Amino acid sequence: MNFASKQIPAQPSPPTCLPWPREIVDRAGWLAFAESLARGERELLSLWGESSSVHMAVLEEREPRLRIVTLDCPKGSFPSVGRLHPPASRLERAIRDLYGLRAENAPDERPWLDHGRWGVRHPCNDPEKIDSASDSYAFLPAEGEPLHQIPVGPVHAGIIEPGHFRFSANGETVVRLEERFGFVHKGVDQLMAGASIERAARLAARVSGDSTVAYSLAFSQAIEAAFDVNVPPRATYLRALMAELERLANHFGDIGAICNDAAFALMHAQCGIVRERILRKAASCFGHRLMMDRIAPGGVVVDLEQENVAALFTLIEWIELMTPRLIALFGDTTSLQDRTVGTGVVSEALAKQYACGGYVGRASGRTFDARKAIGYAPYPQLTFEIGAAKGGDVDARVWVRFDEIRASLRIVRQILDEAPEGPIIAAWTLPEDWTREGAALVEGFRGDIFVWLRIRADGVVQRCHLRDPSWFQWPLLEAAIKDNIVADFPLCNKSFNCSYSGHDL
Amino acid sequence: MQKFLLQGLLRRALTEQAPIPNPTSIAELGYTLGRTARQKLGRSLSIREVDAGSCNGCELEIHALNNAYYDLERFGMRFVASPRHADVLLVTGPVTKNMREALERTYAATPDPKWVIAVGDCAFDGGVYCESYACVGAVAKVVPVDLHIRGCPPDPTTLLKGLIAFVETMS
Repeated sequence: MNFASKQIPAQPSPPTCLPWPREIVDRAGWLAFAESLARGERELLSLWGESSSVHMAVLEEREPRLRIVTLDCPKGSFPSVGRLHPPASRLERAIRDLYGLRAENAPDERPWLDHGRWGVRHPCNDPEKIDSASDSYAFLPAEGEPLHQIPVGPVHAGIIEPGHFRFSANGETVVRLEERFGFVHKGVDQLMAGASIERAARLAARVSGDSTVAYSLAFSQAIEAAFDVNVPPRATYLRALMAELERLANHFGDIGAICNDAAFALMHAQCGIVRERILRKAASCFGHRLMMDRIAPGGVVVDLEQENVAALFTLIEWIELMTPRLIALFGDTTSLQDRTVGTGVVSEALAKQYACGGYVGRASGRTFDARKAIGYAPYPQLTFEIGAAKGGDVDARVWVRFDEIRASLRIVRQILDEAPEGPIIAAWTLPEDWTREGAALVEGFRGDIFVWLRIRADGVVQRCHLRDPSWFQWPLLEAAIKDNIVADFPLCNKSFNCSYSGHDL
Repeated sequence: MQKFLLQGLLRRALTEQAPIPNPTSIAELGYTLGRTARQKLGRSLSIREVDAGSCNGCELEIHALNNAYYDLERFGMRFVASPRHADVLLVTGPVTKNMREALERTYAATPDPKWVIAVGDCAFDGGVYCESYACVGAVAKVVPVDLHIRGCPPDPTTLLKGLIAFVETMS
């Protein structure tokens, strides 16, 4: 359909979502999707609500094709997906907290993001004022005489984000870990509603600071899909360059931090140096160390100067020299291997069931990568290999990250060699004709980030749903730590490095 | 490992010269730091970082202060694991309502004399989240703030300038 044409007088109804059309289903259709998720024929990408409808994004198992389905729920409830497919459970609890839509016969009806402290219930949909200072929360029981509980957080000992972990331990061994989140819930869904595209882009860039480039890219791609904007080729290359620099910086930072949690400070110091050099180069090339707000709908806002190309080559050469040394340092230090091998194992079955993205999924045999599977520009033009492992332990997650470092270095080289000349941003204006919808799936360093948005005819965001990869990784941390010792939790947690802010939104 | 250790002996340190403190920060601090505290604490300062709803951008840059280039500890400042050991709380984020009580309790658990440094634009006035139902806004609305270090996020040099100014004024 050609949206640029002004010949079409009436708004398509329902608004067509691009590039993946949104299908309307009835209750039976909705349940059929839920059942196919439970059978493993499809993977759940996201589940989100609106005033009187719920949406689900799934990935077809046979071909990596994305489908979005919608169920109208005028009576305020919908058949629970979580009842059949546990990965949906937390998303359903979040829908109820924010939009007041109830999942019927849900396995877990406790609130998730709502701690009773907002002064309102379901703030995004017909809010209702409340007086409660806070809600009590019933943690799942773990019974038996020798068990004791260890509550950790929300304020943690390190410089990390807030969240609560409730350990039930038998001596040193963790019997059950239960996570409780929502502490950094900032109300992004509601702030998005009614925001201009420019403001919405700033919000999207601040969902999870470590993935700011990936979020800006995902948001921009969804807008570009909705408005049929063609991004200039040079801009796609520069976007990928920023995304890969972000990936490299995060992987080096995290590998160092994982080793630091196993008391191996030398690796931490060395990786910290690599990370710092990448961030400094990012600042000199693009004007911001984290490259925040550098990607905008239509392209990028800063061009890469010629002298910076040479400087980036120098940096990449140095990292290529350092990487094998760091790999040797990691691999040859047996005291480190002693901590990482066999610790915090995620089974292949769980990684598949939760459609777990990023290095957590890849270390447990799920090789999905949006750069390959969706293949947004310029990645189909580039040659790179995705890392994979089957061990599923802390060690495997570190090795997968080393694989990803090698892939990213290779991509950056190709971008610097092959990036075409030309404009860096498409000239486009809001057409102001009718409501449009767009979606995107982008590979951040942590995994695939899903965005779906609807822009009203007046150019204002009506609804923007941002799904962090952490939604499907956090639950697996609970499984990974089971039967490990409490002291290994920081190590496991860091090897996942899920986002609290991206999850709590 | 030997190679890394040998290089450490042979090469110059990566650690950089200290940045010059920001004059405006010093002015702001002049009002807030009591004489008694200066005598009591000298230059050695323990910092407890509290994320009160940040997007984790500020945390990344605060982390960077510990890397070889900035090496915060040489200024007599170090991050501690508990507010009970802290002189200074370094608070980030637009103080989400779900974190408000945790921040208040952390402040209450910090022994006197104590100071609060609010880091980042969100901690200053709520930033992009200031109109949210889920956020209180500025850190100063919840606990008394002695110094603001602005930026989204402030880079490590900006953070260092603020912190050095803080210590200079104290000693």
